[in-house]
Amino acid sequence: MEPVYTYTKGMVRTETSYCPGCTHGISHRLIMETLDEMGKLGETIGVAPIGCSVQAHKFMNVDMCESAHGRAPAVATGIRRVHPDKLVFTYQGDGDLASIGTNEIIHMASRGERISTFFINNGIYGMTGGQMAPTTLIGQRTTTSTAGRMEEQTGAPMRVCELLATLPRAVYIERVALDTPANINRAKRAVRRAFEVQEKGLGFSFVEFLSTCPTNWGVTPVDAMKWVGEKMIPYYPLGVFKKPEEVR
Amino acid sequence: MSTHKIFFAGSGGQGVLLIGQMVTYAAMLEDKASTFFPSYGPEMRGGTANCTVVVSEKNVSCPLIYEADYVVAMNLPSLIKFEPLVKPGGVLVLNTSTTTQKAERTDIKVLEVAANDLALELGNMRVSNVIMLGALVRATGVVSESSIEKVIDELIAKRRPEMREINVQAFNLWKE
Amino acid sequence: MSEKVLMKGNEAFSEAAIRGGSRYYFGYPITPQNEIPEYMSQEIPKYGGAFLQAESELGAINMAYGAAAAGGRAFISSSSPGIALMQEGISFMCSAEVPLVILNVSRGGPGIGGIHPGQADYNQATRGGGNGDYKVPVFAPSSIQEAVDLIYEAVELADYWQNPIMIFADGILAQMMEPVILPEFKPEIKYEDIKKLKPWAITGYGDDDANRVTVKSLRMQPEDLEQHVDYLFEKYAKAEKELVRVETLGLEDAEIVFVAFGTTARITKEAIELLAEEGIKAGLIRPISLWPFPYNAFDQISDKTKVVISAEMSMGQMMQDVKIGIGKRFPIELINRTGGIIPTSLEIAQRASEILRTINN
Repeated sequence: MEPVYTYTKGMVRTETSYCPGCTHGISHRLIMETLDEMGKLGETIGVAPIGCSVQAHKFMNVDMCESAHGRAPAVATGIRRVHPDKLVFTYQGDGDLASIGTNEIIHMASRGERISTFFINNGIYGMTGGQMAPTTLIGQRTTTSTAGRMEEQTGAPMRVCELLATLPRAVYIERVALDTPANINRAKRAVRRAFEVQEKGLGFSFVEFLSTCPTNWGVTPVDAMKWVGEKMIPYYPLGVFKKPEEVR
Repeated sequence: MSTHKIFFAGSGGQGVLLIGQMVTYAAMLEDKASTFFPSYGPEMRGGTANCTVVVSEKNVSCPLIYEADYVVAMNLPSLIKFEPLVKPGGVLVLNTSTTTQKAERTDIKVLEVAANDLALELGNMRVSNVIMLGALVRATGVVSESSIEKVIDELIAKRRPEMREINVQAFNLWKE
Repeated sequence: MSEKVLMKGNEAFSEAAIRGGSRYYFGYPITPQNEIPEYMSQEIPKYGGAFLQAESELGAINMAYGAAAAGGRAFISSSSPGIALMQEGISFMCSAEVPLVILNVSRGGPGIGGIHPGQADYNQATRGGGNGDYKVPVFAPSSIQEAVDLIYEAVELADYWQNPIMIFADGILAQMMEPVILPEFKPEIKYEDIKKLKPWAITGYGDDDANRVTVKSLRMQPEDLEQHVDYLFEKYAKAEKELVRVETLGLEDAEIVFVAFGTTARITKEAIELLAEEGIKAGLIRPISLWPFPYNAFDQISDKTKVVISAEMSMGQMMQDVKIGIGKRFPIELINRTGGIIPTSLEIAQRASEILRTINN
């Protein structure tokens, strides 16, 4: 019988530190499986800043470095200058990218760095225990918005893809979700495109993954997946915001 | 004298920083220690410009001074600010084209140079600073005249060969 | 040997970094160091390197971290408030053991302060301006030539110690011009050799994932972190022995011993001459390394000395180290200016002479 699912060389054979039902495992695997298929694991450098995935280097089988909170785009920019021929990516959460690191991500996108960013949006700070993020939905309860997020106090949830899409040199921008097998397959195709845009030297590429955080949302993994479809996707529409003609 | 301390002062665009650099450069060619320290920052934009030059026989000199052996003042504000800082027996080179006010000190030597008028006669207002430099160098011997001619080649003629002749003329123009 | 050239401090500093082997410069405009990014934008690409004007000092330090973690030699410069913003990255790089040469063209503070010269970043530089237990070797030149030589050497020192090295200059050195002899260009490091020279660098591991590396600073287990801090401090203890640099002058028979660094030391030397004209013998201890501080040099002060005077452009930040250096052997006084005001040699001489008179009475 032919196995339909095996380990990928892209993932280190170890247990991850993520909570049960967390989608980090899926997005890690999608990126690493893609690099493995492209034969690029040894030619890739990743940057993971503070957040649940700061220790992604323990699981992703590529050369990696940690970075301070929000600064991964700057760090990746420095790496890119030294290694013009490698694939370089950042893997950032929403507290990181959409809050403390807005300056860095906007300027990396604006410069059109030949770098891919994978943005994990689960609408909450995970590592620090469930505080409100710029991406937290209106009415969503967090440890710093116990009555639910109120727009008049903290503004509306930030749609990062739409924001970055205004920048001319951010050439590939897509939002995907990890809630269903079909969406996961689309997500993998997006990862592949992001790296292809980078390989072809077309500019900055960005994939946002609508993700879950069952622990801090206080729901079961199954309900968390449903919540992505019912609450997040309506506010954060899936799809390709920008794509160069040169990639499929 | 083992150390010469000089203030060059004027308004932006009068070329005081350039002649300060020229003396510093000439001193280097003579293997002397020399430093040039300009005023910097927003005060430079459209306002007054000044620089401090120290030429010394010693290895390293202190780049900052509180009194000067010589002052080159290109305009009235510079005269007012820097005349009191000339050491007794020192030299003040004053551009009389820009001010009718006279120097008050009697314990210093004052050279009155109508630098703008002389420069216009030469055909280029912009060499008034080098006319002042000529007066300073001949009156004080801070550096040699031949060193300054080399500096004109290095700092001016390399980029703008057509400016060499008029600068040499300007430098040699003023004599006591 | 190269010829003497007349250069502005900031331009000479930049050229020294390039000749010493720095190939990646990330900067952000701030007075009085703007000639450095301007110069680098023109010059560093000529040597196969990269210049980038970052979106902020935070961006710049983190770009430098990325470039250096990737095996490149990075150089950054800023001035006091910008250096304050960079502390996050400096602490991170010390923990991650990533080399870097940092130039602080310091100015008056606190806050935005002013744009004129200052030395009030002494504590920030020597005590670690960021979080956690770490050390950054700091060298304070007092002439453009010395700055050039220190920056040139610092490129290799940073690699050797796998740690940031700071050059502490000031607005005077940066803006002034004086003759300088530029050192020869260091041999170029070939891209293929990065991994040989820096096996810890993230370069992509190639064919064998046994060579996979990570550069990191997070240690979630307290025992791991403690062990790492202990390891770093063994390294710093070694640096404390090997990196001390100091110049001393006339300590044998000095009645007054000045302690001063950077431009202030240069001014103090002239003050010592002025005092000599009055018949007062004064000497100087000039720390070139601010960390490690040359505490041992204070043992050379003779019993003829009546007072030790810390001369600085801060409210006595260095004086705390002077106190550690001399204990209770001599009275200690401070002669200082702040706000970007540079004390004159006359001012230092007069105040020192008054201090001596008070002590003699």
